Amino acid sequence: MRNRSPLFTPPDPFAEINPPLTRDAALAEANRCLYCFDAPCTQACPTHIDVPAFIKKIATGNLRGAARVILDANPMGHSCARACPVDVLCEGACVLNARDVKPINIALLQRTATDHALEKGLKLFTPGPDTGKQVAIVGAGPAGLSCAQDLRRWGHAVTVFEAKPLPGGLNTYGIAEYKLRPATALAETKMILDLGVRLETGVAVGKDVPFATLLADYDAVFVAVGLGLTKRLDIPGEGLPGVIDALTFIEQIKTRPYDQVEIEPRVLVIGAGNTAIDAVTQAKRLGAARSTIVYRRGEADMPCYDYEYELARHDGCEFRFHCVPRAILGHGRVEGLKVDTPSGEEVIPADMIIKALGQTPRDALGIPAGHPKVFFGGDCANGGKEIVNAAAEGKAAAAAIHQLLGGTDGRPPR
Amino acid sequence: MADLRVDFAGVRSPNPFWLASGPPTNTYGQVARAFDAGWGGAVWKTLGEPIINVYSRYGSVDLGGTRMMGLNNIELITDRPLEDNLREIADVKRNYPAHAVIVSLMVESKREAWHEIVKRTEGTGADGMELNFGCPHGMSERGMGAAVGQVPDYTCQIVEWVKEVATTPVIVKLTPNVTDVTYIARAAVKGGADAISLINTINSIVGIDLDTFAPAPAVHGKGSHGGYCGPAVKPIALNMVAACAADPAVGVPISGIGGIQTWRDAAEFIALGATTVQVCTAVMHYGFRIVEDLVDGLENWMDERGLRTIRDFAGRAVPNIMKWEDLDLNHHTVARIDYGKCIECELCFAACEDGAHQAIRKNGRGHGAPAVEIIDEACVGCNLCSLVCPVEGCITMAQVENGAPAVSWKDFTAGRGKLAPRPEHFHTARFG
Repeated sequence: MRNRSPLFTPPDPFAEINPPLTRDAALAEANRCLYCFDAPCTQACPTHIDVPAFIKKIATGNLRGAARVILDANPMGHSCARACPVDVLCEGACVLNARDVKPINIALLQRTATDHALEKGLKLFTPGPDTGKQVAIVGAGPAGLSCAQDLRRWGHAVTVFEAKPLPGGLNTYGIAEYKLRPATALAETKMILDLGVRLETGVAVGKDVPFATLLADYDAVFVAVGLGLTKRLDIPGEGLPGVIDALTFIEQIKTRPYDQVEIEPRVLVIGAGNTAIDAVTQAKRLGAARSTIVYRRGEADMPCYDYEYELARHDGCEFRFHCVPRAILGHGRVEGLKVDTPSGEEVIPADMIIKALGQTPRDALGIPAGHPKVFFGGDCANGGKEIVNAAAEGKAAAAAIHQLLGGTDGRPPR
Repeated sequence: MADLRVDFAGVRSPNPFWLASGPPTNTYGQVARAFDAGWGGAVWKTLGEPIINVYSRYGSVDLGGTRMMGLNNIELITDRPLEDNLREIADVKRNYPAHAVIVSLMVESKREAWHEIVKRTEGTGADGMELNFGCPHGMSERGMGAAVGQVPDYTCQIVEWVKEVATTPVIVKLTPNVTDVTYIARAAVKGGADAISLINTINSIVGIDLDTFAPAPAVHGKGSHGGYCGPAVKPIALNMVAACAADPAVGVPISGIGGIQTWRDAAEFIALGATTVQVCTAVMHYGFRIVEDLVDGLENWMDERGLRTIRDFAGRAVPNIMKWEDLDLNHHTVARIDYGKCIECELCFAACEDGAHQAIRKNGRGHGAPAVEIIDEACVGCNLCSLVCPVEGCITMAQVENGAPAVSWKDFTAGRGKLAPRPEHFHTARFG
């Protein structure tokens, strides 16, 4: 373990921050749910999971039924149970908040049900009778996979093209390790692929396969390619060794043994969104002695969720507000970041700089604009939102494609 | 995939879940919405001579933060004109031909009155009738409801009158406010009943307001005993259903009623001999939507156990309900504590020491030794510690292999079989 602080000895820095509920605790929590009618939690969820219905099923011991309710509405139910910003969605909407009572722990109850489905290998859905229609999905992330599940349930043939070696998109490669493990993301992916989805990994559409080929060979195409690289700082020194973008850094954590992830004693993370928090906390957990957010505006302006800020604070990360990066300094390697502060210019010493400035849109894939057979969803369409938004958009695209291919309105049959 | 369809005394239903006669089955709109939500059948709120209700009608028993663990009511039968009800019943049956539509009836104890209401009811095309011999409040003061169902001869007589003209199945709904419900069930069968349903509500006063000394529900500071229902009454209902199911002199299909809120409750009623179950309070609490998990949960449970139809497990638990004198006195169990789960609340000690058989030793917390220990020689295997323990699976009851052949009280007192050494003798030796 090179460059680790000698004081750094936690047992497992990447232990799950929200471990599963015991059976007792799940039952007690499920029975606390009021079973609201026309429930605000359901309305707050972009995929409109019938939350009281699945919680009631946990209370009655019908875990299979609970998992079905969740995964029917949201094929990404496993990953959302771990990584969804529930404070601002379902749990934030819980009516108990208005009574000054702790809201129902919907995320962990969702995990209770979906874990059961994985552990028991439940087959909750079946492919519909073959319609003879072929759909191509570009990108095996949350949007693409959610779309694939419903299309298969309607009986359309689905081929998913994925540039990476593994499916799952950012669920596999980009969620903080203490929230969601690649193994879980891949297991969730497998439940969908097992519906008879053809998956072509290592194939970049637009490079390995021209988009025009998809248009010619398939009855519809769903584009869910996500976003591209992290935005550039456009300041001197950006190319120095030791400067890395946040998604590349997180991908290393997701794909390598922890002790083979590049880390240095003094880490600066530029940006203050949720990805920046994921980077600064994980840098700290990997053993950086100081892991610091550098943000050009103030505390109240940070785009990250409050609970993410709290987590980083709790991890001992530091925050430098009102610091505008001007140059990365160093001789052959990063040595510091020159910033403008309200009290003048300053150099913050650093051994590693992680850029978390948001992602840029992907380069055009050669997609004709407004083509009636082409649908878009997920980060590439919404500019970068949550897994649950991608799932909702994937489902919506599936419904639109199903109608294009002669299907009727509504949900896939049971 | 489990097949939930049932044939109940000739009435076919897509599933065993019926709405019980009551406020949820008062109108076309309610019953139609219920069928759309997935209910298999409905027993229409009792028809009879229209009545006038008081305003305040329901009272609740809440327990430890749970609302409506028990509910009582002083609402009477339908207050809508008979013609309106009959027209809507006909409309429901016409629009939902595959669902079970049963009409609850209660008129004064005159042969002509019963003939008249039966004929008019059958004119709607309904699948059957349920005779309300159980309503314990209000109507019983007028010689109807429980006033009939508490006297076997009256019960038999009115069923006979009904059967003189009825062409569709006749279900008799029984009151639990009797000493032995099987006497009434037999009387109903003697009169020609095609099926029975039970239980109706239990006489009750749910509470007194300690500021006003008025009962709940209060009508201008006064009240009347009402019919008690909801989850709290389930054990009473299960016992009465089991008693009827086990009685060869009853021998007709049973519709189970009383505190059914989940598919588990329903499965228990069916295991004790019911073919259909009826639900009211849970719908009054949560709405018709609860039927989705009743159906889904029962189907999943049946699938997991390879049960294809309701018939595959209906009555399965009835032979397991025996007389006490036939139970095995030598089946020896003791409590076992899983110290990996024990949270040292010592509730088991308090319960055993003061409330049961002094078979738990208290070592106290923080001495390295377990806070509490079972004294095997004193433990009579009563279960109490495992019931009060707040941690699932922490205290379990284990069988002690004493090698003794089974012996019942009946056998033992007849000089057959030997009693194995028993922990009661330990208590006698210690303190006697």
